[in-house]
Amino acid sequence: MAELETGPVAAEMMKRLRVALSPTRLELVDDSASHRGHAGHDGRGESHFTLLIESPAFAGLNRVARQRLVNRALAELLVERVHALAITARAPGE
Amino acid sequence: MTEEVNARIGEIVRGNDVVLFMKGSALFPQCGFSARAIAILDRLGVEPHTVDVLQDPEVRAGIKAYSDWPTIPQLYIDGEFVGGSDIMMEMYEAGELGELLASKAKA
Repeated sequence: MAELETGPVAAEMMKRLRVALSPTRLELVDDSASHRGHAGHDGRGESHFTLLIESPAFAGLNRVARQRLVNRALAELLVERVHALAITARAPGE
Repeated sequence: MTEEVNARIGEIVRGNDVVLFMKGSALFPQCGFSARAIAILDRLGVEPHTVDVLQDPEVRAGIKAYSDWPTIPQLYIDGEFVGGSDIMMEMYEAGELGELLASKAKA
């Protein structure tokens, strides 16, 4: 499993996703540097992420339901800390 | 969330074929994700009814509870929540959004 990011927010996001969804693939990229100076970038970094997650939990679910599982796992992190998260959620074999 | 905001959002999404809750306006989106949502709809020839949540803090908070979705933009078609900008892009690329919106495009 790829460990592309080691910041504390990213680490917490990865931990929660692993616990909630037992992913077979998990890649989280911190895009914050490219958003420096615009709305939502508060200077702390770790504000903008791109996530690729593959999990058996997504099998048979539509896109909205899949993303809701991710959103629930991240809960208040998404509201209070992470300004933007682009999500690709797949089931194994897709 | 107050009942009042809930009712107001319900009226908006039921009263318009295609509704986009976004940051900024269609002409001047204030967020990259909202800009992308507008660009996708524009490509499909659809002019959504837009609601700028930055101008309306009640709706900004209320829409997240209404749809059980924590982020903006949010697309509604025929009163149904479709998704945010990632889902819009995936559906656009798969041709599904075009199908869903075929009857809504401007002549």
